[in-house]
Amino acid sequence: MAHHVIETENNYQARTTTGKITNFVDTRVGMSGIVREFGRKIFPDHWTFMFGEVAMYSLIILILSGTFLTLWFNPSMASVTYDGTYLPLKGVHMSAAYSSALDISFDVRGGLLLRQIHHWAALLFMTALTIHMLRVFFTGAFRRPRELNWVVGCCLWLLGIFAGFTGYSLPDDVLSGNGLRIVDGIMKAIPLVGTYLSMFFFGGEFPGTLLISRLYSIHIMVIPALLLLLMAIHLFMVVVHKHTQYPGPGRTEDNVVGFPVGPVYAAKAGGFFFIVFGIIAFLGATFTINAIWNYGPYDPSPVQAGTQPDWYVGFGDGALRLWPGSFPWSWKIDLFNHTFVLAVLLPFMLAGVLVLFMFTWPWIERWVTKDNRVHNILDRPRNAPFRTAAGAAGIVYYSVMMIAASSDLIATHFHVSLNDVAYVLRFLWFFGPIIAFIIVRRICLSLQRKDRELVLHGIETGNVVQLPHGEFIEVHKPLDEYHRYKLVSFESPEPLAAQPNAKGKITGAEKIRARISKWFFEDRVAPVSPAELEAAHHHGHGTEAVEAGPKPTGSLGGHSHN
Amino acid sequence: MGNHRDSTEEVSSVAVTSLEASKEKFPDPGLPPHSPRLTDVDPKQNKKAERHVTLLFVISILGALLFWFAYFGIRVEGNFYDVTNPENNHLLRLQNLFLGLGIALSMFGIGIGIVHWARALMPDHEMVEMRHPVSSEESRAEAQDIMETIIDESGIKRRPLLRNTLIGSIILAPLTFVTLFRDLGPANPSLLKHTLWDQGVRLVRDPSGTPIKAADVTIGSAYHVLPENLQSLTHETGYVEEKAKAVVLLMRINPAELNISEDRKDWNVDGILAFSKVCTHVGCPIALYEQRTHHLLCPCHQSTFDAANECEVIFGPAAHPLPQLPIAVDEEGYLVAQSDFHEPVGPAYWERAKHVNEMAGEAN
Repeated sequence: MAHHVIETENNYQARTTTGKITNFVDTRVGMSGIVREFGRKIFPDHWTFMFGEVAMYSLIILILSGTFLTLWFNPSMASVTYDGTYLPLKGVHMSAAYSSALDISFDVRGGLLLRQIHHWAALLFMTALTIHMLRVFFTGAFRRPRELNWVVGCCLWLLGIFAGFTGYSLPDDVLSGNGLRIVDGIMKAIPLVGTYLSMFFFGGEFPGTLLISRLYSIHIMVIPALLLLLMAIHLFMVVVHKHTQYPGPGRTEDNVVGFPVGPVYAAKAGGFFFIVFGIIAFLGATFTINAIWNYGPYDPSPVQAGTQPDWYVGFGDGALRLWPGSFPWSWKIDLFNHTFVLAVLLPFMLAGVLVLFMFTWPWIERWVTKDNRVHNILDRPRNAPFRTAAGAAGIVYYSVMMIAASSDLIATHFHVSLNDVAYVLRFLWFFGPIIAFIIVRRICLSLQRKDRELVLHGIETGNVVQLPHGEFIEVHKPLDEYHRYKLVSFESPEPLAAQPNAKGKITGAEKIRARISKWFFEDRVAPVSPAELEAAHHHGHGTEAVEAGPKPTGSLGGHSHN
Repeated sequence: MGNHRDSTEEVSSVAVTSLEASKEKFPDPGLPPHSPRLTDVDPKQNKKAERHVTLLFVISILGALLFWFAYFGIRVEGNFYDVTNPENNHLLRLQNLFLGLGIALSMFGIGIGIVHWARALMPDHEMVEMRHPVSSEESRAEAQDIMETIIDESGIKRRPLLRNTLIGSIILAPLTFVTLFRDLGPANPSLLKHTLWDQGVRLVRDPSGTPIKAADVTIGSAYHVLPENLQSLTHETGYVEEKAKAVVLLMRINPAELNISEDRKDWNVDGILAFSKVCTHVGCPIALYEQRTHHLLCPCHQSTFDAANECEVIFGPAAHPLPQLPIAVDEEGYLVAQSDFHEPVGPAYWERAKHVNEMAGEAN
C-alpha cells in the first residue's frame, strides 16, 4: 500500500508575517472567525457608555488586588496575641484574621497600598455599576431585546453588595464586627426561620468562631465566580444584541454607527483600563480607607459613634434607622406565642420594593405601553418624561435611605437635632419621591418644549437688527438638518385606552393598565413635524419667521421678541 | 423665552400635539460630513501629537522607576505608632504614597498615552455596520421542530410513569446535599434565653474585672459591667458569645427621678440600675449615656431609651425596652445580680414571645 499523502488545505499562502501567524493559529484552532467577527466590529462611542467599562475594569483590579491579599490574610477566628509592629495593639488578644490584616497593613511592603486599592476599587466598582444602571434605565436601553441583560445587571448589582459586605467584614475589627451583629439582628427578625438562619450562619450564637472563614470562602470563591459568570453572560449578550446608540442623523434601528474595535475602540477601551487603574492607585496612595488599626479587634462591648457601612450598603442601614420602632405603637408584635419583628422587617420590605421595581421595570413598562418592538435607538431622557420621572422618584427614595445611614453625622456636622434629621428624612422617604416625580416630569416636558422651540424658531443669535419700518427683531439662526433631526426623531406615545381581549371583554387589569397609561402619557409634547416647521417659516413676516440665516437683512426676518 | 406665538396652541400641561401632521416625519439626513482634525491636515500637529504620546509612555516608565525606588529605597523597620519614634510612621506613609503614585503614574502614562494616540492619530471616521435580528423565524421554527422531535423520541410524554419518577428523583437528589448544611449550626433557639447572670453573680467593671461597691457608685455615674463568672471562660469555651449577651450598663439616678413599676421596686439599689447593653433593635452595644436626661442612645441606629423610666423606647427604631437586670448588695457591700434577666436580651426573634412566657414561669 502506498502512503496516502494527506492533502492539507494550503491553497492560501500568507505573504506577511502577521498573515503567517494568523494562518498557523487559524489552521489549528480556527480563530479567523473570531477575528472576522470582532476585529472590525463597530461600537458606538459616547461618554455615558463608559461607566459599564469602569465597573468591569474595577472588577478586574479587585480580582488582582484581592488575590494578592489572600496570600497573607488568615481567615481564622482563633485567638492570638498580637506581636506585630503596630505598637498600640502589641500583646492584645485578637483573632488571627485581624492580626493578619494588621500584618498586611504594616509588615508587608505595599500591603497597605494593595488593601487600600482593593477597598477603593470596590467602592468604584459599585459606583460605576450604579451609574451604568441609571444610564441604562434613563435611556430605555433595557427595552426589547435587552430585558434579560437588564436582569443580569440587576443580579450583578446585588452580588456586588454582597461581595462588598462579605469583604469588609473579614478583618474582624470593631466596626466590621458590629456590622455583623446588625446582620445577626436582621436575620433573627425573619419569621419562622430567622433564629435558625442566624445560628446556621454564625455556627451557633453570635459571633461564634466560624464566621470569618465562612465569609472568606463566600467572598473569595462563590461571589467572584458568580460575578465573573454573570459578567461573561452580560458581555455575551451585548455582542449578540450589538450596542445601543443615541438618536441622531444616520443612526437607525437597523445599523450601528461608531468606531471599529481594531484599532480605535480597542485602544480607547484598553487605554481606559489603565486610566481606571491609575485613578484607583492614586486613591490608594493618597486617601486612607478603612484604617482598621484605629478600631481595634472585635469586642462585643464597645462601638464607635458615627459608624457607617460602605455607601452601597447604606440604603439598608438607613432604612433600619428610619422606621420608628415604637410609633404610633410598638412594631414588635407578639401573636400566638410568637414574635413578629416588624420594626426590622418593614423597612427592609420597603427597601425591597425598590429592588423589585428595578428587576421588573422592563416588563412593567412593556405592559403599560404595549410596546413590544425592538429598540436599538436610545431615548433621550427628556423624551420619556414618565420614565425619567419614575427613575427620579426611585433615586430620591434610595437616596433618602442612603442619607439616613449618616443621620447622626449630619446632626453633629450641621449642629441640628438628631431627631429632627430623622423626622425630615422620614417625611422625605414617602413624599420626596412624589415631589421628585412631579418636578422631574415637568422639567422633561419643558425641555421637550424647548427643543420644539429650537426646531421651529432656531437659535437666538443675539443679533438685534432694526427693520426699515423701525421694528427691532432678534435674528434667529435655523438649525442645520443634522442638529434638527436629533431633536425631532423621537416618538411621543399617546395614552392607550383599555383594549378588549380576545373574548371582547375589557378585564380589570386592562382598565388599570389604561389608567396608568393615561397617567404616564396624558401630558406629552410631540416632536415637530415637517408641516409645522413649514408653517413656522411662512407664518408672516417679522413675527414667526425663522429663516434669518447668516444675512441679517434682506427678505426676512427673524423672530420678534416683544 | 419671550412670548413666542407658536403655530400650535401651547397650553401648559396639556398635550402639545400636531394632530394629523404628527404622522409625517423628517427624513434622516444621514451621517453629517466628516470634519478633519488638526492632526489630519497639519503634519506639524500630527508630529506634535506623536511626541505627546511618546512623552506619556516615558512618564509611565518613570512611574515604574518611582515604584521601585519606593519599594527598595525606603527602609521601614521597627514599630509603628511609637511615641518615642514617630519617624517610622512618616516613612510608612511616604512609602505607601510613592508606591501608589508610582503605580498610578505608570498606569496613567500608558492609559492616557494610548487614548491620546487613538483620538489624535488613529482614523476617526465613524463607520456603519448593519444589525441583524437576534434570530430568524426560520431558525426558530427549525429549533422548535428539533426540540419536539427530541421530546417525541425520548418518549417522555408517552411514558408518564418514567416522567413522574424522574421528576421525583430529580427533586430529591439535590435535597441530600442541602441536608448536609444542617450542621452549619445548632438549631436551638433556647440558647438565646439565658445569659451568665445568676443569683449572686457579682457585677465587675469592664475591662478591669474589679467588683463594684454600691457605695462607690455616685449619682450620675455610669459603668460598663460584666458578670464576674465571665472571667472563667476562655475563647474556646464561649467567652465572646457570653460577653455578647451579658454586657450591662450600670448607672445611678436620683431615686426621686425614677419612675418604676410595682413589680420592679426592689430591682435597684438606691437608684443604682442595671440594664442590658445590647440594643433591642438589631443588637449593637448601647454606648452613649446622657447623664442629665438619663437617656441611653445606640450609636448604630439612634434608638433612644429612658433609663429613668425602665428604659422605655422614646425615639428611634427599637421596638421594646432594654431588659433590666435585678441587682442587690451582698454582705461585703458589692453589687450582685438577684437573678438572670427576666426576658431574652438583644434583638427580638420569632421565638421570643414563647421564651418570655417560659421565663416568667421559671421565675415563679
